[in-house]
Amino acid sequence: MTALLDSIGYAGWALHALIWLPVLGVGLVLASEEARAKSVAFWWSIGVFVLSLGLWWAFDPAEAGLQMQSSVPWIPDWGVSYSLGVDGISLFMVMLTTFSTSIAILGSFNYIAKRERSFYALMLLLEAAVVGVFTATDVFLFYVFFELTLVPMYFIVGIWGGERRIYAAIKFFLYTAFGSLLMLVAILYMFWKAKTMLGVPTFAYADMLRIPLTGTEQLWLFSAFALAFSVKVPVFPLHTWLPDAHVEAPTPGSVILAAVLLKMGTYGFLRFLLPLFPVAAQHPTVVTTMMVLGVIGILYTAWVAAVQPDAKKLVAYTSVAHMGFVVLGVFALTVNGLQGGLVVMISHGISTGALFLLLGMLYERRHTRAIADFGGIARVAPWFATAFVITALASIGLPGTSGFVGEFLALLGTFESHPVIAMVATLGVIFAAYYMLPMVQTVFFNKLEKDENREIEDLSSREMVILAPLVALMIVLGWHPTPVLNRMEPSVRAVIERVEGANAQASGFDTAGIEFAGGPEVDDLDTRGESDAVTDSDPTPSGAEAGISADAGA
Amino acid sequence: MYAFLTALAQGGGDAAASEAGHFEPFLPGLVVLLPLLGFVINGILALKHGRDSAAAVRAGGELTFGDRKPATHTLPTWVGPGVMGLAFLITLVNFTRMLGAHLEEPVVVHYWTWIATGTFTVDAALQLDQLSMIMMMVVTGVGFLIHVFSVGYMKEDPGYPRYFAYLNLFVFFMLVLVMGSSYALMFVGWEGVGLCSYLLIGYWFSDREKSDAGKKAFIVNRIGDAGFLIAMFMVFANFGSLDYVPVFHDAEGLAYAGGLVTAITLFFFVGAIGKSAQIPLFVWLPDAMAGPTPVSALIHAATMVTAGVYLVARSSVLFALAPLTSAVVAGIGALTALFAATIALKQNDIKKVLAYSTVSQLGYMFLGVGVGAYAAGVFHLMTHAFFKALLFMGSGAVIHAMHEAYHSTHSHEDAQDMRNMGGLRAHMPITWATMWIATLAIAGIWPFAGFFSKDEIIWQTAAFGGAAGAPYTALYTVYWVMALAAAMLTAFYMTRMMVLTFHGANRTGAEESRHLHEAPVVMWLPLAVLAVLSVFGGWINVPEAIRASFLGGAGALPMTEWLHHWLEPLTAQAHHIQEEHLGELAHAAPFGGGEVMWAVISTVAAAIVVAVAIRFVGGRKVVAVAEDTTELTGLSKVLYNKYYIDEFYDRVVVRPIVQGSRFCWKVIDSLIIDGVVNAVGWIAKAFGWGISMFQTGSVNTYAFILTVGVLVILGASLF
Amino acid sequence: MITESLVLSAILFVIGTFGVLVRRNAIIMFLCIELQLNAVNLSLVAFSRMWGIEGQLFVFFVMTVAAAEAAVGLAIIISIFRHYETVNVDSFNLLKW
Repeated sequence: MTALLDSIGYAGWALHALIWLPVLGVGLVLASEEARAKSVAFWWSIGVFVLSLGLWWAFDPAEAGLQMQSSVPWIPDWGVSYSLGVDGISLFMVMLTTFSTSIAILGSFNYIAKRERSFYALMLLLEAAVVGVFTATDVFLFYVFFELTLVPMYFIVGIWGGERRIYAAIKFFLYTAFGSLLMLVAILYMFWKAKTMLGVPTFAYADMLRIPLTGTEQLWLFSAFALAFSVKVPVFPLHTWLPDAHVEAPTPGSVILAAVLLKMGTYGFLRFLLPLFPVAAQHPTVVTTMMVLGVIGILYTAWVAAVQPDAKKLVAYTSVAHMGFVVLGVFALTVNGLQGGLVVMISHGISTGALFLLLGMLYERRHTRAIADFGGIARVAPWFATAFVITALASIGLPGTSGFVGEFLALLGTFESHPVIAMVATLGVIFAAYYMLPMVQTVFFNKLEKDENREIEDLSSREMVILAPLVALMIVLGWHPTPVLNRMEPSVRAVIERVEGANAQASGFDTAGIEFAGGPEVDDLDTRGESDAVTDSDPTPSGAEAGISADAGA
Repeated sequence: MYAFLTALAQGGGDAAASEAGHFEPFLPGLVVLLPLLGFVINGILALKHGRDSAAAVRAGGELTFGDRKPATHTLPTWVGPGVMGLAFLITLVNFTRMLGAHLEEPVVVHYWTWIATGTFTVDAALQLDQLSMIMMMVVTGVGFLIHVFSVGYMKEDPGYPRYFAYLNLFVFFMLVLVMGSSYALMFVGWEGVGLCSYLLIGYWFSDREKSDAGKKAFIVNRIGDAGFLIAMFMVFANFGSLDYVPVFHDAEGLAYAGGLVTAITLFFFVGAIGKSAQIPLFVWLPDAMAGPTPVSALIHAATMVTAGVYLVARSSVLFALAPLTSAVVAGIGALTALFAATIALKQNDIKKVLAYSTVSQLGYMFLGVGVGAYAAGVFHLMTHAFFKALLFMGSGAVIHAMHEAYHSTHSHEDAQDMRNMGGLRAHMPITWATMWIATLAIAGIWPFAGFFSKDEIIWQTAAFGGAAGAPYTALYTVYWVMALAAAMLTAFYMTRMMVLTFHGANRTGAEESRHLHEAPVVMWLPLAVLAVLSVFGGWINVPEAIRASFLGGAGALPMTEWLHHWLEPLTAQAHHIQEEHLGELAHAAPFGGGEVMWAVISTVAAAIVVAVAIRFVGGRKVVAVAEDTTELTGLSKVLYNKYYIDEFYDRVVVRPIVQGSRFCWKVIDSLIIDGVVNAVGWIAKAFGWGISMFQTGSVNTYAFILTVGVLVILGASLF
Repeated sequence: MITESLVLSAILFVIGTFGVLVRRNAIIMFLCIELQLNAVNLSLVAFSRMWGIEGQLFVFFVMTVAAAEAAVGLAIIISIFRHYETVNVDSFNLLKW
């Protein structure tokens, strides 16, 4: 396979193709007849997905840095370039994007009944933008793609959504745009800093990494970036746009939103927050704040989810809970935590995406999302119920499914650095059962009382084609996640090394012969955090015993 | 995965196996894989069957079978028990091989790397040693019998293939639980069996009560699972691994009674409490009786609920290092044993009696492993699997007969209430005889299996509390008294159950009683097999002292202390730690008397209680449910209502959480957070509206403001 | 010379401004705007005596724009008059808020 890919020079053009082919698809869909738009879009997206599969082989698992890099100057005067690349962190996000776009398009065949051409064109545009977000290695380009994702999503919610779609769309847009504007300010600040410090105007990610920043600067910039990404994740208490957006969005919109768009936030944590501002990212207050918010996200939203009368809103809230595990894993700054967070990202994309699809299928049959309107569906639609139960179990992290691997590793990694927080977060597994099982019971079990429910059809073959790969992935990743983990590991390690190396680096920042004046502030910032945030990679009974009695960092 | 298949093809496992002793594992992967295969086949059949059944339901009816059953019904009959039989045979081969080899170190068979992050690695690997072998024998052996029994019991059920699919899946996870070579894999099985328990309790999911019971079981179990997870995190943070072999090897370096080992074991025990239905998380098990009765026999008596005991026995090294935890384990065990036994005294539902009896017996097992008698705990686990599975299946046969009797007259009476039974002995002699054997066994009457296992635990409690360096000596005396009291109660409530069910006048109804008949052979044969095991199963672990006394026929009876020696390689380390810190165990009970004397006392006392119970219960007039107007008062009422524990939890735990959830949603989320968000929007809007007031639409105003503005700017720039 | 011209220009401009502000008749306001423009033209011509030809050049531009503006503006006023039968600007506040 690798040889075949080499022979066609795959690594050189694949990433560009993954962005521009969907854009081309937009044109094709718009040019096609209304009735054929869906199949054009579907097959086109399948083509893109198949193309992205090559990344699996073309990617060198041993290499930590960005691979398949290519760069073309875009606005040379400002140092903006169109440059792409992937590493272990973004690799699976790209594949997840192409995969879930195909699935979402197939899942919208019945749901979308008006303006089909525009809808499918927007879906492909969204795909292009998201792939761009995950592959951009120029901060300006990243920002452009990051904002570009808002546009198609805004229209998808606003045009094809439910009753309160306008409110939801505007809320979604303003919430996220507000966050990212501060990030733009921070990016521009870094641009000027780069220009003065390095002497050249540049937005390149690699150059940004080389900018010496004082601790205070890092804190401010960190906050701006963190705000943008936290809205996207979303982190409690910035999450209230999500349930509204999910409830009002059409099924495919929800799928993409849950599977991919939320991941842009946590991806931003890993790609930008931690490497760019390592001192701030280790600051005990910052770490504690983020972790506590993550834990609140896990427990609080689980509670809120449990009492939702609307099934879709329930699942939307569970998204926040899942992303809480990612936040924990990321800020644990341990190999296990980061890997776990990444696996949760993938797993959540698959299982929550599948849940939204299933709920959409249910909505197509009954035109209601209220849990109380159902009951006993398993009697008339056993396959449907089976698929739903497996997906729900994957979502609550039952061992043998992908959800478990992610949550387990994220919690394990968190425990290594922040035992008390991890212990509190572990309660999340109880509340996961508390929100998911009653919903499953009320919808699928109990007595089949309502006659409308008796008419519910079981899965059609198209629906089975949609669900089969998702269910298969949940189980395969649950039993054999190692190939995925292997590919992530070097990049994850690089992030951690970068962050942990920051202390030494910050005080002796003379690589480029630049006088670095931020010494005192940096020292002032991390003296307290150093011993706590740096993980104990050489566990000894005595050291760990101390770790249990004292909550590090909290 | 590929590696797993090749390993299978090569006859099981790679190098690691041949190094340890002469034991060569025989296809251990297949033991696990066979039930999984059964699940896949039955699952596919169930899905196909489900479509037919759904079509029938949609048409407004219910899928019924005539005499010609469809293939989706006949195939599971062979596949379900078939895979179990094969798995049992393979286990038997391995067992005999291990018997021949003097295995000192566990054999670990690696298949593939399950999770490897760089700093954390856990393999999909099976560990074969004496403990897992005992558990495998119980799981596949008793499991096979229960599968066979199910063929008869579930014959008419419309969801037949689904039932066997779940049951096979359960066995798969149970085997992963007991055979996995690491805590992580144990946890896979741990939650997996919880899932199957959930699915099987709520098997008749159309009944809201039953699916509620399943949900309750799952959620309560998950509380324990969270404890298990935390314990695993601690283990990993300190040992850098979750595999048994390195963890137990390194455990010796831990401080005796240190905070760390105490914390680890306490959190593991939280997991065990949840899974094994101990106080305070026992509430799910009585409700779990909503599932089909063979399920109660397999999951909620013989195998899954004993997983907690297995966990403690498996981690004996850690628990031996934590005397505080051990005291807690023993205390919870003793308390549960007594507490559940009192509730069982007043239950009228035959399965509820057995459910509380199970909770009580599990308490004994924890008492055993809590006082460092790990072999005794496992021993009781095994004998309990025999007689309790027998009791449950016997009750299943009774319910089956009652159900058919009521069904034939279209009566809607409760087929499980003992007040509707009575005098069934005449109709179901085999069931009657086998269940009496099991009753005598659980009551602890010599020479039945339960006598030896229970007595061993009670004696070890006394001996442990009397050890030279034992902590909390007085506490162990209390435990010992509680255990004795619970034993007497056990004898009473079990006899009460037997008398109410099988003796006295029949209360089923005149018409109905003519339809009562013995269970078919496929159902009573498993009972007979288990009856034999319930009699002789206890003879494999009889201490020297008893063997030599008249209780062992002065050495004439074929009794051995085999199990104790068999488990020695695994418990030796724990016993070593115990001896080092506590000194030698006592040879006398707290109030004097040796092992034999107390064994005699307890069996005689139990026999007296049985006799009294027969007289007492048999002498009272019992009326059928329909005519029963007795108002319970005082203690009886409290016991009948299970001390109102469910109501208490509902008020103290469940409702506050639900109300808290509503508060979080309605107040914090919708009112405060969204309020702030919307307020920001409103403020912006209001600001814009205010400014827009200047937009009068009148050109003169604009011109005037413009002029004023120009003048102001001019003025400002001039001065 | 220049002083007088500029004073005249200023007086004319103020009259024009005053007219725009106080009158309500659109035609009158329009004429006042023309007056303002021509006041500026006057000062431009005056300045061009001292600084060169550009001032006069600019006057031509202003005149051209003013002519175009007059054409469009008068057309608008006429169509408004046709619709409302008045050219009192107080009557038109469609662009309110």
